[in-house]
Amino acid sequence: MKRLLVLGGGTAGTMVVNKLRRRLAREHWQITVVDQDDSHMYQPGFLFIPFGGYRPEQVVKPRRRFIPDGVDLVVGEIDRVDSAANTVTLVDGRELGYDYLVIATGTSPRPDQTPGLLGPLWRDGIFDFYTLDGATALARALPAFVGGRLVVHIVDMPIKCPVAPLEFTFLADAYFRHRGMRDRVEIVYATPLPGAFTKPIASAQLGSMLDDRKIIVEPDFLVEHVDEQAKTLVSYDEREIPFDLLVTVPLNMGADYIARSGLGDELNYVPVDKHTFLSKAHGNVFAIGDANNIPTSKAGSVAHFSVDVFADNFVQYVAGRPMTGSFDGHANCFVESGDGRGLLIDFNYDTEPLTGHYPLPGVGPFGLLAENRRNHWGKLAFRPMYWHLLLPGRPIPLPAHMSMAGKHQPDAKE
Amino acid sequence: MPVTTIGTAQVHVDAEGFLTDYDEWSEGLAVQLAAAIGIDLTAAHWKAIRFLREDFKAQGETATIRRVCTLGGIPTKQLFALFPKKPAKKMAYIAGLPKPLGCV
Repeated sequence: MKRLLVLGGGTAGTMVVNKLRRRLAREHWQITVVDQDDSHMYQPGFLFIPFGGYRPEQVVKPRRRFIPDGVDLVVGEIDRVDSAANTVTLVDGRELGYDYLVIATGTSPRPDQTPGLLGPLWRDGIFDFYTLDGATALARALPAFVGGRLVVHIVDMPIKCPVAPLEFTFLADAYFRHRGMRDRVEIVYATPLPGAFTKPIASAQLGSMLDDRKIIVEPDFLVEHVDEQAKTLVSYDEREIPFDLLVTVPLNMGADYIARSGLGDELNYVPVDKHTFLSKAHGNVFAIGDANNIPTSKAGSVAHFSVDVFADNFVQYVAGRPMTGSFDGHANCFVESGDGRGLLIDFNYDTEPLTGHYPLPGVGPFGLLAENRRNHWGKLAFRPMYWHLLLPGRPIPLPAHMSMAGKHQPDAKE
Repeated sequence: MPVTTIGTAQVHVDAEGFLTDYDEWSEGLAVQLAAAIGIDLTAAHWKAIRFLREDFKAQGETATIRRVCTLGGIPTKQLFALFPKKPAKKMAYIAGLPKPLGCV
């Protein structure tokens, strides 16, 4: 009996066990998934909670419900992986052996990594929205905000869902307009990047949307500490940004057990081959989803397209055959822009986000890098798809590999 | 890839002037690249540049500021003093490496 052990029952890990349970014979393969709790969060939903868009119970369900028959769910905190002995030890002392290991424990916001964030102002004048608790606390604080300077801030890249801070900013602008108090709120967007986004065409488009909304961008801002007394962000090059309300995206890091096990880089991400997710250090270890170091967005869409490639590859690999699938870095993200509108971006390792239509050329229904209502409805429609189609590993008619169909080539545009 | 002349050397660069061939770099070239962006290289600069060169050879990617800090042992604050405003980009430029991916 071979043993496949999956660490993490989030978006990537849940899809992996669903797809592989169907592909690996039960009489030959035991599949186990480990997670520290039994709550599966629909993380894209957190964005809407501060603005009253979703209630907490709409974005949390028991993990157990999405783990198929024939897969064991072990609830416990991981202490370390012994990749020489092929075992995983839990904090409570349990030991789990494996023949193949899939690391899918994602990435987490770490406010403890920036001096001054976790002081008395934490979740009072300083909030995060990438956790359910943070988003819920912000939902209570926003209605009480009477005006002043709102600073939306990113500590460092990479972060999961790198467009979410922009979305939050657009939604905050719309929220204060609807409350009739936009003229009493100064909105500042402080980012370690040189502009609104990394890739030039998307950065220009998103940057001009910030300009249109009178949002001040503070680029190349790498925070050193937060001065809580003065309510000010201080950067390494000694620039200061005072705030009345700070919404920060803390440093994102992979799980600490990855560092303890000697499997991670300086941010606890597992170095892997960017096309197959096979560990660069161990021939029986894969890392998939946000937990690995591939150079594309940390996003659910990437996890989804990755698992599509990985599931078939894994079956070939364990049979001693070459892996024929090659992941291209495909990401596909809806970007809320406020007032019931949104954008869509679609890109991969080699092609930056371009304008055009998706998935059908000239038809859409979604517009790439262009604001419209259909993109917003697409984003909302995704939540039930996530629970009912994506997690169970059912086919979704969107190909894993990015297509150039419907995209405008930058040369053709100019 | 365009070819440009730096001092007496012919090197391949990308649209922003970053060297595209690891082996076309030399320490002499680094001095000239640094001068072109207003930096006079000291021992402290060289420690960062040499770390970047070695790390790229091992990893195939340009190190981030955080990596230079944690693995190279140079505090971030010092990197901002040595390479003002945009340390990641400036270090890579002088070290003859691709612009760091930063984020995607």
